[in-house]
Amino acid sequence: MLRLEQRPTPSRAMLYLTPVMAVLATMLVGGVLFWAMGIDPFKAIYLLFIDPFVDSYNLSQLFVKASPLILIAMGLSLGFRAGVWNIGAEGQFIVGAIAGGAVGLALWGSTGWWILPLMALAAALGGALWALVPAVLKIRFNANEILVSLMLVYVAEHFLAQMVQGVLRAPDGMGFPESRNLARNDPTSLPDVFPALGIDAGGVVMLILLAAAFFLLQKHALGFQIKLTGDSPRAARFAGVNPSFIIAICLGLSGAAAGLAGLFELTGAAGKLTIDFPVGYGFTAIIVAFLGRLSPVGILLAGVVLAGTYIGGENAQFLLKMPAAAVTVFQGMMLFFLLGFEILINYRIKPMRRAV
Amino acid sequence: MDFSSLNAVAMIVLLIGAATPILLAAIGELVVEKSGVLNLGVEGMMIIGAVTGFITATTTGSPMLGFVGGAIGGAAVSTLFAFLTQYLLSNQVATGLALTMFGLGLAALMGRSYNGIKPPRTERLEVPGLSDLPVLGELFFSYDPIIYFSLVLVIAVWWFLNRTRAGLVLRACGENHDAAHSLGYNVQLIRFGAIMFGGACAGLGGAYVSLIRVPQWTEGMTAGVGWIALAIVVFASWKPWRVILGAYMFGGITILQLSLQALGISISGAYLSMTPYIVTIVVLVIMSADRKRASLNAPACLGRSFHASH
Amino acid sequence: MRVLLEIKHLSKSYPGVKANDDISFDIQEGEIHALLGENGAGKSTLVKMIYGLVKPDEGEMILNGAPYAPAKPSVARGSGVSMVFQHFSLFEALTVAENITLGMDDAPNRKELSEKIREVSQNYGLPLDPDRLIGDMSVGERQRVEIIRCLLQNPRLLIMDEPTSVLTPQEVEVLFGTLRKLSADGVAILYISHKLDEILALCDHATILRMGKVVDTCTPKEETAKSLAEMMIGGELEIHAATEFNPGADALVVENLELPSKDPFGTSLKDVSFTLRKGEILGIGGVAGNGQDEVLAVLSGEEKVSAEMIRLDGAPIGDTGPNRRRELGLLSAPEERLGHAAAPMMSLVQNALLTGKIRKSLAPRGVVNYRKTAGFAQDIVQQFDVRTPGVQVAAKALSGGNLQKFVIGREVLQGPEVLVVNQPTWGVDAAAAASIRQALRQLAEKGAAVVVISQDLDELMEISDTFAVLSEGRLSRPQPAKGLTIEEIGLMMGGELEGAADA
Repeated sequence: MLRLEQRPTPSRAMLYLTPVMAVLATMLVGGVLFWAMGIDPFKAIYLLFIDPFVDSYNLSQLFVKASPLILIAMGLSLGFRAGVWNIGAEGQFIVGAIAGGAVGLALWGSTGWWILPLMALAAALGGALWALVPAVLKIRFNANEILVSLMLVYVAEHFLAQMVQGVLRAPDGMGFPESRNLARNDPTSLPDVFPALGIDAGGVVMLILLAAAFFLLQKHALGFQIKLTGDSPRAARFAGVNPSFIIAICLGLSGAAAGLAGLFELTGAAGKLTIDFPVGYGFTAIIVAFLGRLSPVGILLAGVVLAGTYIGGENAQFLLKMPAAAVTVFQGMMLFFLLGFEILINYRIKPMRRAV
Repeated sequence: MDFSSLNAVAMIVLLIGAATPILLAAIGELVVEKSGVLNLGVEGMMIIGAVTGFITATTTGSPMLGFVGGAIGGAAVSTLFAFLTQYLLSNQVATGLALTMFGLGLAALMGRSYNGIKPPRTERLEVPGLSDLPVLGELFFSYDPIIYFSLVLVIAVWWFLNRTRAGLVLRACGENHDAAHSLGYNVQLIRFGAIMFGGACAGLGGAYVSLIRVPQWTEGMTAGVGWIALAIVVFASWKPWRVILGAYMFGGITILQLSLQALGISISGAYLSMTPYIVTIVVLVIMSADRKRASLNAPACLGRSFHASH
Repeated sequence: MRVLLEIKHLSKSYPGVKANDDISFDIQEGEIHALLGENGAGKSTLVKMIYGLVKPDEGEMILNGAPYAPAKPSVARGSGVSMVFQHFSLFEALTVAENITLGMDDAPNRKELSEKIREVSQNYGLPLDPDRLIGDMSVGERQRVEIIRCLLQNPRLLIMDEPTSVLTPQEVEVLFGTLRKLSADGVAILYISHKLDEILALCDHATILRMGKVVDTCTPKEETAKSLAEMMIGGELEIHAATEFNPGADALVVENLELPSKDPFGTSLKDVSFTLRKGEILGIGGVAGNGQDEVLAVLSGEEKVSAEMIRLDGAPIGDTGPNRRRELGLLSAPEERLGHAAAPMMSLVQNALLTGKIRKSLAPRGVVNYRKTAGFAQDIVQQFDVRTPGVQVAAKALSGGNLQKFVIGREVLQGPEVLVVNQPTWGVDAAAAASIRQALRQLAEKGAAVVVISQDLDELMEISDTFAVLSEGRLSRPQPAKGLTIEEIGLMMGGELEGAADA
């Protein structure tokens, strides 16, 4: 039998290796899975993992899909590092889109460079406030933020349904439950910046914020406090860190990031608010955060890899008659392997010592 | 208001049908959480149950074997979660989410050649004499066996947790895993068993959806019902009989909406649909704030990994 | 009386320390036998061996004439040996009956058990309602559950580990009644304590441990608190307090400090007062669990009280947090190295930042200057001889002694006005301990005021200018250390708060 023996210092090698090992293991086991299902494993793995990164059209799509994932994951990672679990990013994404979209729709007909930034501000604020609900309830009542933020996802979804059927419904949309198309309206449309690379204004903002997150964690005292709270809450109190403040700022920032991502999606790829607007980015981003080991650089890479699997999945759906949802098998598998390999960072596997 | 267009009995029957998968998944998750583990992968286990149940039923021609297959499928996939969290000490939140995503995808893969097929019919209960009674017959004696089973299961879980020693030990693991360990109980093994039970229940609930409720297979057909089951466990304050209440309440909301529309009342469906979730949050806050009401609170060790230090 | 348990030449070593060294004594049937000694004397290790939690390296035990070597607690219980620990294994959300069932190897059914619980608990003067939730019970009542759980298994020997540390005086009386009845019924009791007055009142025999060895046995009825204290401390205490010190102005004034404890197992601080002057080292002695952590927390700023209860250079600071106090020059070093004084997974550089941020200006305008911080960490390592491969290693990779040197050095190099340390040399090798004490003395010589909370009386006598004892959350009146006798110290530790002031 095997047993776990704690390492004196966490293994740095394993810190970097585990995500790579997770991806490789997924390719291996995934290939076997495909073979068992009668799908050509090599073709399938190639389409899912390699093709998205070599084909030039796919590359341009890569960043578009990766951008919201990275933005949301980046916000989530701050909280996760501090032991604050925001599972409701999907809901904050929706509320942000509603808030920003409402501003844009209210200003329909006006023009000006300031409209889009104002919408972004509203979206960030909306998302942040939605995330501050679980924060306040945790601080004041010690309510579990996982369950509260999750419940609010459903509330947000129904709220969206309410909005697109009522107040935000397009007046000349023939009664369909959807808003006007904000992406087709110049002042509210998200501009492209590097179309060949798939980078639009949202992508640029994301990169700037990613750099800011990097700076926060590496160089700023608040970043240190966040890491300290996650490592050792008692030492954090000793160092004078206010735990309520950390909870509020982590949830607030991740909510704002998710809200922003919602707005970029609305004014870019989606165009209009409909009941089907939420596509699960809030949940996938959680996987991105873990796969990226909660660090900005890791999240960037993980976001690209996961976006790649989405694109590959679409192609595989087309070429191999594979259902699109099957892509989530691989995302789930990657996370499973990562979580499994993670133990190697702090523990060694050794044979059980025989009792003397 | 015109009540003639309402068939109250039919509504109730529909409600119970809608609530049963949630009930099954929730009662399973309740046992898991009572042992101290938070398994967010309920949705994943349910959909796997739905597809394995469907495949088993259509291949063997027996719906009963289908339900067994669904339960086994859910339990099987839950072992991934159990192994990772209990023996590799992985983070329960992340692992549960991974299970959901993995389950959804795997089910889609497995079920891809079963779209549009009709499964073998599950016979409803036929009690001579009783089932033919005008109102009572339909209301109490004409359900499919799984519905009766689900209610019996809730009673069995209650009895297990509160009246047997094994159930007591399981609850102890959820309250104070260090004390349970120092008293000599194998916390990880007990939790492993609880997780598999939760998986079997979720799988059974999923099979119910694909074999009776719809009945058909489509990918993603559980449509978020697994998350609702998680909410119901909280709503029920981890008490088995309240799970029935919660499941029927949640399941009834959609039916209520339809009936209100039929009556011509225009309360917006969306606001009505939100209420269960908001009520859950309120209940959660009340329970968490009052730390002295120990009996109402969540199991003290919920979500925390157990590291055996010796 | 017959001999129940013979302990013969029992020894147990751990890496670096011989916890029990050739221990031998006997326990008679029905006797209340005290096991007396300071912390670290070896009481817990001995008792763990008797209860089957730990295996002895050498020696043997004989129970009722037969060899006794329990492999685990359930075997011990089967042989009639039961133990009530200081820290309870209870489940708050479960009832008394459920808790007792869980702890029993062979539990009867519900109804029978409830009956038995009522009967036995009434019988021994500790009435319990089997259906009450543990969470609704006071600490004293919870202890009853633990005791009844043991009694229901008909023990011949009941071991009690510091049982009165969580009880009110009234509850102590009730407990003593119970123990006397048990003794009369033929159950032997091994009573671990450091409270001299209790042992005098309750116990038939006492075995005294010091540094892992049996140093004395006696019959308490023939002794006094003074003689017991002398036996416990060893009578060889060398008191070489610092030479005449010239105290400066008042640095820290604590007046009528009250801090109710939030945790039922914590200690409430009551009416703590002292005046600390510049250049003075105040040594606060006392056995663990009498409020040491609480005193540190209230002085560091982690716990807040009314502003005027603590004055620093005249200014009221009782309601300020740790960082404001650091600004003003009040620094501290808690007892728990990993997880409190330092974050285990973080590097020495990051741990230097943990408390040094303010006084060393390591993060002007919020941006951390990691180069400067690393320099500070390097200074600590060099000046305090911290053995480490570098400053980037995680704190938990360092040995206890080296981490402690780092922790103390971190505070000393920030130039505090007042420094409070809790157990500065526990678990630290002799050389490192000596250098830490040296550093504290030098700090005081330069004009800072220092409070040293410690269980090590030798250490306190070596470095303190003034001395007081913390007992159940109360502080004795500080006395000059020079000229203090062992008996006075023993009395203070036993709860005599006025010390020798009136002598």
